[in-house]
Amino acid sequence: MATQIIIKTILASFILLLSLVVAMYSTLIERKVAGWFQDRHGPNRTGPWGLLQPLADGVKLFFKEEFMPASADKFLYILGPSLTMFVALLTSAAIPWGPDLVINGVAYPMQVADVNIGILYVFAILSIGVYGIMIGGWASNNKYALLGAVRASSQMISYELAMSLSIITIVMMTGSLSMRDIVAQQQGFSWNIFYQPLGFLIFLICAFAETNRSPFDLPECETELVGGYHTEYSSMKLGFYLFSEYINMFISGAVMATLFLGGYHFPGLDKLGLSPNVFAFVSFMVLFAKITFFGFIFMWIRWTLPRFRYDQLMKLGWKSLIPLAILNVVITGVVILLNQ
Amino acid sequence: MSFRERIYFPAILNGMRITFGHLFRRKTTVQYPEVTRQFSDIYRGKHVLKRDDQGRERCTSCGLCAVACPAEAITMVSAERKPGEEHLYREEKYAAVYEINMLRCVFCGDCEEACPKEAIFLTTELVKSEYQRDKFIYGKDQLVEPFDPAKRIDVSKRQTPAVLEFKKDKRYKHNV
Repeated sequence: MATQIIIKTILASFILLLSLVVAMYSTLIERKVAGWFQDRHGPNRTGPWGLLQPLADGVKLFFKEEFMPASADKFLYILGPSLTMFVALLTSAAIPWGPDLVINGVAYPMQVADVNIGILYVFAILSIGVYGIMIGGWASNNKYALLGAVRASSQMISYELAMSLSIITIVMMTGSLSMRDIVAQQQGFSWNIFYQPLGFLIFLICAFAETNRSPFDLPECETELVGGYHTEYSSMKLGFYLFSEYINMFISGAVMATLFLGGYHFPGLDKLGLSPNVFAFVSFMVLFAKITFFGFIFMWIRWTLPRFRYDQLMKLGWKSLIPLAILNVVITGVVILLNQ
Repeated sequence: MSFRERIYFPAILNGMRITFGHLFRRKTTVQYPEVTRQFSDIYRGKHVLKRDDQGRERCTSCGLCAVACPAEAITMVSAERKPGEEHLYREEKYAAVYEINMLRCVFCGDCEEACPKEAIFLTTELVKSEYQRDKFIYGKDQLVEPFDPAKRIDVSKRQTPAVLEFKKDKRYKHNV
């Protein structure tokens, strides 16, 4: 039992550290990728290939003036970014990062918590993320921030519906809400994306909206709202908001890889006859590669597409994605029924 | 909008194809401190007042450059050459004071074109930034090229055959 706790603690801290480091370097990669897309080099002055840029940015954010509007609600103003960051880090707990590690003949799953309602947990936590933005926007006592927050929350609530509906098909196919079971069923090359291409597409689009990434980055639309919900934030509080966006990107990449791209499975990998721990490590790297792939897609889309107009965003969410997702559920249901 | 346009995807995929192509293009950035971008041979930068082959100032203070200047950046005070100063000034009249306000100058090169004595030229040097505005008024100390023949400023690139031909045309009064 004691080793169990130790292993879990190590795993949890490792994943926490991993999320933070990945988010840190995502900011650099994002700027690099942006540069490459625009025929530039991107940051390359701070350290070799600009590798120290995230550190420099972090130091800069820490040393910035900590500004708080006089009319802001002090408690909520601080709660906003904290909650956003906290929630962004929580989601990773239910994601299975790899097959079991075997130490002294005892198998330890590479998952912080194998919740049997894993998907529900992830979505519940994601929904709380809206509060961080809403509270921050409200507490700033600034109309731009408030409008940005209202936009963000209505956008996230709208797209959550289609997102959950596209997940229901996966649950129907698997017959389980546990992330572990869902991954286990995609063994080899029977990834869910081949059975649910429409569901995957809907989920991908909704993931963009949920993480407030372009083309759905209306909450922080500079042209209209200055900085959106974080207009009044400075220093590391702003850093938390920006940072949590990258953590969310990482986590949603992990969720997408887990649900649709077979998680840590890769065809033929289990037949190589690797020792359990090496196999676990390689599988983890496979999952990481898939997450990186999604991260790149996120950036690729961001530097390709212009922002949607707000009415277009709402129309796409309610009039296209939700009916399509419902249709997908119905078709899946019929197919499952016919196969019985 | 047609159905094709309404589902967005063809347009999105096309856009993504285009941006992906840009990933592998040659970067347009010039890595400045390590690499400096090459100036054009006829770049119009800071002015120089030329000396002739014997080191005498070519400028006779005729004022045509000041007249030609659209920004009214050039001012000068003329003086008469005294006996014994023949090695300093080529002709009997010279510019005692010659000032160009680099903040007013638009670097059009009209002064160079107007000059009948081929005394003023624009060079590839840049006007340096300053903290005080009055430092931008360049006097003769900054404009006249050094006496040392080795340190003379080469303007041969600016004197293209077409320019030299134009300078010979006697139909224009200032070329006489």
